[in-house]
Amino acid sequence: MGRTIESVCVVGAGTIGSLYAGHLAQVAEVTVLTRRREQAAALNEAGLQVSGKSDLRARVTASHQPDGIDDVDLAIVACKAVDLPRTAERLEGRFRRAAVMTVQNGLGAEEVVRLHGEWPLISAVTFMSGTRRSDTHVEYELDTATWMGPYMAGGPPYETVQELERLLIAGGLEAEAMPDLRPAQWSKLIFNSAVNGVAALTDLPHVHAFAEEDEFSDLGHLLRGLIDEGKAVAAAAGIELHDDPWEMNVRAVTRGETQRSDYAHVPSMLADVRARRPTEVDYISGALAREGERLGVPAPLNTALYRLVKAREASWR
Amino acid sequence: MAMRVCVVGCGAVGSLFAAHLAGVAEVWAYDLQRDHVDAINRDGLRISGVSDLVGEVRATAHPAEIPPCDYGIVATKSMHTEAAIAATASAFENGSVCSVQNGVGNEELIAPHVARVIRGTTFPAGHVVEPGHVEQDTGGKTWIGPFEPKPAAMDEVERLAAALSKGGMETIAMPDSRGAQWTKLIFNAASNPVGALTGLPHGWACERPDIRELVRGLVAEGRAVADALGVELDSDPDELIDHAIKVAHDHKASMLQDVEARRPTEVDFLNGGISRFGRERGVETPLNDAIWALVKGLEMSWSLDD
Repeated sequence: MGRTIESVCVVGAGTIGSLYAGHLAQVAEVTVLTRRREQAAALNEAGLQVSGKSDLRARVTASHQPDGIDDVDLAIVACKAVDLPRTAERLEGRFRRAAVMTVQNGLGAEEVVRLHGEWPLISAVTFMSGTRRSDTHVEYELDTATWMGPYMAGGPPYETVQELERLLIAGGLEAEAMPDLRPAQWSKLIFNSAVNGVAALTDLPHVHAFAEEDEFSDLGHLLRGLIDEGKAVAAAAGIELHDDPWEMNVRAVTRGETQRSDYAHVPSMLADVRARRPTEVDYISGALAREGERLGVPAPLNTALYRLVKAREASWR
Repeated sequence: MAMRVCVVGCGAVGSLFAAHLAGVAEVWAYDLQRDHVDAINRDGLRISGVSDLVGEVRATAHPAEIPPCDYGIVATKSMHTEAAIAATASAFENGSVCSVQNGVGNEELIAPHVARVIRGTTFPAGHVVEPGHVEQDTGGKTWIGPFEPKPAAMDEVERLAAALSKGGMETIAMPDSRGAQWTKLIFNAASNPVGALTGLPHGWACERPDIRELVRGLVAEGRAVADALGVELDSDPDELIDHAIKVAHDHKASMLQDVEARRPTEVDFLNGGISRFGRERGVETPLNDAIWALVKGLEMSWSLDD
């Protein structure tokens, strides 16, 4: 089968977007659509540097205006979920021959993008993470996979997703194509609702305490309760989970453990809270709570986290 | 013969008790804050705000200096109860000891060290302005009654209530004071941690329909545990929450103040207390368990930074 993805536009050059752009630029023609003019100028000038788990430099063409980007075969929308509505709106009428991939946390990103165009959509969740050093430099920290599948209500042929898997791997990233992403999407949703919500409220990075259940007041006990609720909602939705979210939690706190808790991963929602930015909680714990309500499976603990994080956001205003 | 009382833990609440009682009894205060102790011994213990008085109180940081007392009044933060009563117990060999602390579980910690225990709940609150000087922010009643597993005699309870009331702190003696204690416990356990976890003052948090719903859920669990214990609440905690939205709209809960100052909180004796008593009675308290774990996690985060 011939190659159909020659050119890629990464929409949103935060940490995740920069990691896609830097790696894919090794194997495809990459453009970057930024929100800020200065970042586009810096990227055109200096290119993109990735350090950490990869060590590479990439030449990219960047613009802060959709008009400044040529049509492509694939667009990866890598902005934060909270920025998705206005970002998707900017893509309206653009990229007529492209497939569009969403990588936002939580549920509902595909529906938001669909409001603005009929592109074949690829659902994705990513477990890789990093830290932005500057507008043109990102540190690649967790080299874990991106999982992708055709959006069930209107995706490209599965072969396209498989081609993208090969392309990402050739570029130096971990990736896995799946005919149906929902089991993986829900595994991550349940994991994120518990881990991100608890981290955001306790100011704790993802330390080993998240998996400790000896005492009733231990965080692992709470994580277990949150995850069990999520699994019940998933079961009611007819989703057979790809990974057990509790096992994901245990793996994450023991992976590369150094006994030094300050090396623990800072979940994105905690980073948002520390920076007093709006969080993605509406798409994560909020989405899980709403799904639970819709399906008649109450999720009181996830609902409590959702409410507390929303109130926490309100305290900055 | 004059009554002799020692207030154990002479912070804001302890000072209110000590200074008011000083008008009607011989009052000692045990506290580890040296500058506070010295100021009290030098200038007396001054209360301003809702009350305005100076009490003559003998303060010490040395338990051996405390003479035998008729009553002890324990007013430390709950996490210091055990150490404070262990240090001072010998002064109460022939007396009874009353807790006026937040939450549940303090009397259980006091009981192994002394002969007779009184269960107390108090509403007046204040804050330390400077050593030897406490501002009283709110008035209100105090309820005391025998602690059932190791009770003080009812006439002993009544004598203490009379002295406190005469000294200016309205106190009600009752055979069963659990209703007052659990009402305040449920109110505090529902409203305090929500402030601590969100950073919002009471009214700002509880006016939000989503948070009010969460608070209602916490109250309902506390009420179920009280029911299982056979405790009859003396008022409706949900009504207290709504009332406080009006009268304490911008008040930052003490637990939020603790969190902002990175001091250990009393959550073990609030949500933790509801959870423990609930389990003893086979009543599940998932929301209180969750809040307990979150606040403990928040406390843990302070030790990671440094």
